[in-house]
Amino acid sequence: MSSARDEILQRIRTAHTAAGAPEPIRRSAPATERDRAEVLDVFVRMTEDYRAVVERCTQEELPGHIARTVETAKAARIGIPPDLDERWTAEIAGTVVVDDGLSTAELDTIDAVVTGATVGIADTGTIVLDHSGNQGRRALSLVPDMHVCVVLESQVVADVPTAVRGLRPSVDAHRALTWISGPSATSDIELSRVEGVHGPRTLHVILVAGA
Amino acid sequence: MKVAPQDLHQNDLPLAATSSTFIGMPKFPTMARAGLDNTVQRRNLQHATHTIRAKRAAVVHEVSDWEALRLDGAATKDQALDHLADYLVQLEDNLTAAGATVHWARNADEACRIAVDLVQATGASEVVKVKSMATQEIELNEALEAAGVSAWETDLAELIVQLGHDRPSHILVPAIHRNRSEVREIFLDEMSRVGRAAPEGLTDEPADLAEAARAHLREKFLRAKVAISGTNFAIADTGTLVVLESEGNGRMCLTLPETLISVVGIEKVLPTWDDLGTFMQLLPRSSTGERMNPYTSTWTGVTPGDGPQDVHVILLDNGRTHVLADDLGRQALRCIRCSACLNVCPVYERAGGHAYGSVYPGPIGAVLTPQLRGTSTPIDKSLPFASSLCGACFEVCPVRIDIPKLLVALRTQVVDEKRGGLPTGEAAAMKAASWVFGDHKRLVAAQQGVTASARLLKGRPTIGRLPWPASAWSDARDSPAPPRETFRQWWSRTHIDDSGASSAEGSPS
Ligand code: SF4
Repeated sequence: MSSARDEILQRIRTAHTAAGAPEPIRRSAPATERDRAEVLDVFVRMTEDYRAVVERCTQEELPGHIARTVETAKAARIGIPPDLDERWTAEIAGTVVVDDGLSTAELDTIDAVVTGATVGIADTGTIVLDHSGNQGRRALSLVPDMHVCVVLESQVVADVPTAVRGLRPSVDAHRALTWISGPSATSDIELSRVEGVHGPRTLHVILVAGA
Repeated sequence: MKVAPQDLHQNDLPLAATSSTFIGMPKFPTMARAGLDNTVQRRNLQHATHTIRAKRAAVVHEVSDWEALRLDGAATKDQALDHLADYLVQLEDNLTAAGATVHWARNADEACRIAVDLVQATGASEVVKVKSMATQEIELNEALEAAGVSAWETDLAELIVQLGHDRPSHILVPAIHRNRSEVREIFLDEMSRVGRAAPEGLTDEPADLAEAARAHLREKFLRAKVAISGTNFAIADTGTLVVLESEGNGRMCLTLPETLISVVGIEKVLPTWDDLGTFMQLLPRSSTGERMNPYTSTWTGVTPGDGPQDVHVILLDNGRTHVLADDLGRQALRCIRCSACLNVCPVYERAGGHAYGSVYPGPIGAVLTPQLRGTSTPIDKSLPFASSLCGACFEVCPVRIDIPKLLVALRTQVVDEKRGGLPTGEAAAMKAASWVFGDHKRLVAAQQGVTASARLLKGRPTIGRLPWPASAWSDARDSPAPPRETFRQWWSRTHIDDSGASSAEGSPS
């Protein structure tokens, strides 16, 4: 194709190329099987440690929890992805707005957004969205100031490498991922931590048991 | 091809040009003196580096086998560098299959030209930017400006640097040399010139300042048509780019615009998606001292209906293949720009980032810049000497770059180039010293001369400035004054009776 391409590849081959095919990296031993209840506890502790609000509830309690959460935050307009389980938002008193391709300006009028997640990582208190189905496209959970994220207990894994391996199918399907660990934050001014810069300033995680 | 350390960088592959910003810069000691005189900067830097250092240590200790992770990280990067051409072609194939357009740039000019052309093709007159070392390295903002395109930095620290007409001084917290009242001044004076003004009555509370930045940048995010980013990792076997950040400005830039252009150094490649499992543990803990940074975005070409639909990737050489050619120096290309080495460096802590004369400050800058740009300018020649060789940088480096060893090899290169066959003053002094140390009678005589001179110092603990040529040494160092009596003299005075002979004469050498 372009000559810059050929020239750079040629430079690399002149500079250094090891003989033979690459050997697979032999990684340090995987962590031993960990107790499920403990993994879930660690997930809650670590997520809280990065100043997200974490609640635990059952599937039956979930609609009430979601409704109370957005009400407490005085959120009037609640954005949801088209594929969110409609039972989740059944008890919300405010206006529920389905994202059917809202403009950026329209997204900016939404106070809170409710989504699902793909994976929760216990060791780091991280949730990962692959933006399929009940998670909605990226802009939906970015522009509004509050993100209520529902994580099922079965989605929580112990560590980062397990999460990464599990996300491979999403990546192969060319889905974008967003990894979220607490609300947005900066330490750029004299290293003092300020929560909430451009992303949602409130992250509310609801961990659902038996699901 | 085996290259001896003294032949470091003597290969024909092109270097990166030293840009006009840095080309006339004096050598490191001159620059460092300005840093040393800046007490605000020194205080801020000391506070910052010590705070991040402690946070890093705490979260690194949480990991059961950090050393094994470091070894994995280094091995993975080495594997990528050992088969770089193959992985880049694989990356290109996967990116193209996912709907992205891949461009290749031999040097900074070419990369800037490609990026400017892409922006102009969209008709946009402004772009939003995510903090990226690669775009700083190629001075893309200047190139865009020359083409009439405004480039808005969106990371809070980068915004402070840009509004203050300043240069970054740290990889991770580029405005760390500024304190809160300086930031307030900059916001009040400059924001209104380029967009939404800072609110009246702005205080110097960091939360207030961050709020002002949120309001200022939000209108830019919501209307932006084009974004420019770098990347932390580029995954060959999936065609995925990865950006780690904290504030959400990255998510804004990577999600809302229609066109996304990413400048990616060719050393950013990781062979497989699974490798990310290692680096997502190593990088946040080494960098901000967090278990995980608040936000990480990954994208694989174009996702229909979600985010930018016009995605470009510019793969950049700009001296990297020159570094790759060196068997020892190559390991500097493993760097994941975490800045842990800056935070532990006693020289960086005092001199500050500007003294390093490139966008890469601190220990990694001292080894990477002279390899990328060569050692022909005063600043580039002096960088390998900007270290006490204490080794702290190697200890913390998540990919085990042996920075002290690289510094020594680069010093050898600089000295060899300088003398071009003729001995330097330092070499002559070393030769004289070896003649003295080679025979104990000469050593005794020399020591007697030294202790006699000590009596002339009249009890002063150190020697200050010496006349030329010794001033080259004494200008930057205090030497302890010699003792009034050497060990040999003390031994022969106190032990003369034990063996019946002067022990100084009979002691083993
Ligand atoms: S050299 Fe190592 S410690 Fe320094 S910035 Fe690069 S990866 Fe981090």
